Amino acid sequence: MQFHKHTLSNGLQVIAELNPAVYSVAAGFFVRTGSRDETEDVSGVSHFLEHMAFKGNDKYSADDVNRIFDEIGANYNASTGEEITMYYAAVLPEYLDPAMELLSILMQPTLLQEDFDMEKNVILEEIGMYDDQPSFTAYDTIMATHFAKHPLGQSILGTKESITALTSDQMRHYHSQQYTAGNMTLAVTGNTDFESLIAIIEKYCGHIPSGVVDRPLPEVQPVNSTHLLTRESSVQQHIMQMGIAPKGTDPRRFAAELLSVIVGDDSGSRLFWELVDPGHVEGADLGYNEYDGAGTWMTYLSCMPDEVEVNLARMQKVFDEVNRNGVTAEELEQAKNKVASRIVLRGERPMGRLTSLGGNWVYRGEYNTVADDLQIVRSLTLQDITDMLQVFPIVMYTTVGVGPRTTLETNPAPAC
Amino acid sequence: MTTQKFETCTLPNGLQVVVQAMPSMQSAALTLMIPAGSIYDLPGKSGTSALLSEIFTRGAGDLSARELSSAFDNIGLQRSVSGGVGYLTVSAATTADRIMDAVPLIAKMLLEPHITAENFAPSRDLVYQALNAMEDEPKQRLGQYLRRCSYPTPFSNPSEGTMEDLVNLSVADVQSHFDSLMIPNEAVLGIAGNVNFADVQQAMTAAFGEWKSGTPTVLTTGEVTKSPLHIEHDSAQTHIGIAWDTVPYAHDRYFEAWATISLLSGGMSSRLFTEVREKRGLCYAISASINTQKGMARVFGYAGTTNERAQETLDVMVAEIRRIHEGITEDELQRCKARAKSTLIMQQESTMSRSSSLARDTLFLERVRTLQEIRDMLDALTVKQVRDFAVEYAPQAMALVTIGPAALDAACVAGT
Repeated sequence: MQFHKHTLSNGLQVIAELNPAVYSVAAGFFVRTGSRDETEDVSGVSHFLEHMAFKGNDKYSADDVNRIFDEIGANYNASTGEEITMYYAAVLPEYLDPAMELLSILMQPTLLQEDFDMEKNVILEEIGMYDDQPSFTAYDTIMATHFAKHPLGQSILGTKESITALTSDQMRHYHSQQYTAGNMTLAVTGNTDFESLIAIIEKYCGHIPSGVVDRPLPEVQPVNSTHLLTRESSVQQHIMQMGIAPKGTDPRRFAAELLSVIVGDDSGSRLFWELVDPGHVEGADLGYNEYDGAGTWMTYLSCMPDEVEVNLARMQKVFDEVNRNGVTAEELEQAKNKVASRIVLRGERPMGRLTSLGGNWVYRGEYNTVADDLQIVRSLTLQDITDMLQVFPIVMYTTVGVGPRTTLETNPAPAC
Repeated sequence: MTTQKFETCTLPNGLQVVVQAMPSMQSAALTLMIPAGSIYDLPGKSGTSALLSEIFTRGAGDLSARELSSAFDNIGLQRSVSGGVGYLTVSAATTADRIMDAVPLIAKMLLEPHITAENFAPSRDLVYQALNAMEDEPKQRLGQYLRRCSYPTPFSNPSEGTMEDLVNLSVADVQSHFDSLMIPNEAVLGIAGNVNFADVQQAMTAAFGEWKSGTPTVLTTGEVTKSPLHIEHDSAQTHIGIAWDTVPYAHDRYFEAWATISLLSGGMSSRLFTEVREKRGLCYAISASINTQKGMARVFGYAGTTNERAQETLDVMVAEIRRIHEGITEDELQRCKARAKSTLIMQQESTMSRSSSLARDTLFLERVRTLQEIRDMLDALTVKQVRDFAVEYAPQAMALVTIGPAALDAACVAGT
């Protein structure tokens, strides 16, 4: 396993973790842009642009892009989040050159009006699809309320209205601002050698315009709130809650991650034993999410509508107990074992490594091997968990419900 | 092309064990498949196998549910027990140095479960909760109805159970399902990763040697539920499911069937994606795939689209299916082959996906296909063969299920 880094003259950063023992190679552009970097009038443009990236340029049409990716047997796609838009392809090593050429085209698409008009329909369909998934609706709404007046509260997909109103000129402008070489990291993992890799990248990525982009990182100030989206036809009630947790650059994030496994993993956690195992709920979990300059605790509960209060009280009891007395040595050891085996299994595939390699670099400018990650997990102590909890107790400020309920009793958290 | 070595042994009780040593991996994974899925649920008792798989995690032998869960977590074992259609499947993975410690625990869980009234009640509550959750996810519900309208009983049995049948289930039903179906004679255990055959053989004999064989259950097939079927639902999209007959995995012409569906729906240059989404912008999600059981198989097609465009989506989708034999080009088939080969090779980077292939191949083919063998079969496949298959197996009437605000005109799926 060898790590390399290189910066092109236009400012594009290339990082690579190469491993001759695997069968494939994966490459991904991590563009530091997402819904948080949008202004209100272009809500949803990052995600729409991610679709438009596949529509090609003067040399390759949209059909060509899809056709060639399929010809080389690529496992390829893209995703858009609040903070990063990622484009990736995993291929057999002999196809790295055409895969890199196509990926570089995705960074500089032509954005034809005709393609824009057609793809707008697909985006509206995607909004409709997520609308039929209560957990997604709850997520979109809780981000908007927890991060009210903060860029992280902006919707990834946008709304029917914002997408309908969006013009291709607005998208071109956004693209020219955000898709600069200095705002991208190209991460590569798997079976190739660095010298030929860099030659390929110089060939295809040297023309990406240079430029860096500033991203404001305001503090988050959630206010206690409960927001219900009433859907009479829903059978179950879906509840999400959010609180404040360590930021993406905070070293305490590892303790937060392990704590979320102990308290809220989908099996063998405290919430599992209190709520899921006895059959009180369909699902109950606690997760930790890290962002640029922010972090959240997020809970999810789905159960029968008239049992929401009693189940929320059960969750609250679990959180109060953890906030007061921390966790046990045995729980910590088990969580470490769980997390360690996840790291190892994920790390065996170049695609699995790509996300953590790219993410670590974009958020923190760090490179960690699988062994480093394991070491960090192994070295965490009960004291680390207690110290983190002192500053970031599991306290929920924002509540969102999707389902038949029209009112909901929640215990307000102390002011933050 | 990598060389693979499979080693197998059959315990005196009939349990087949298949091992693929992958010395370059750090992990190991196992998949145990037992023919005890929902097709064996008795009439009026659907959900029995789902309940049994819930109960497996609730303690075994001298271990309580928490002790069993802790024992698994102490070795970082990622695991799942799921009651599928044909099989009850246990999947587990961890670092290779710990996998042998998991074997006796898994054996204990499967052979000495606590099928008691105390465990039955919360398990039934959880199955009930899962059924309620499905009511809110139209796409998931669609799958259940589509199976019912395309497979004869008992292959159409819903693996999640039904609300109507759940109330009729008792501990005795679960016990009887366990007694008659949890037998080793027709079960297969696949294990892949950094392990050696001698160790595996020894561990399996010690853990599963005492498992008593029994008499396999013979199934008789009945009726297929009539379609088109429309389920009214207050959703943003209309969810469309289409099904038709094809050949199962063990059939001589399976690869021709696979290629036909791959032309339709493999990759973003496939016909459905191009015609329905790229050219017309009718939907975001569209797919077709083969669902194979032992002895029979169906193609399941899906599209989700806003209600006003649902009819056009259905019509275009079915037209593409009906003309699949037209104009197949060498390049088009070549792309399908390239994608398949690359997926196959990348599978070698995952012990989990290898272990499940080992078990599945052994059950369906009575041996494991090597990479080279599959590659040769793909290379030998011609356009003429695929076209001939598409003509000979062209669907006449197709099953159609829709979930959404209004039913669609089903003329296009009717036979001639």
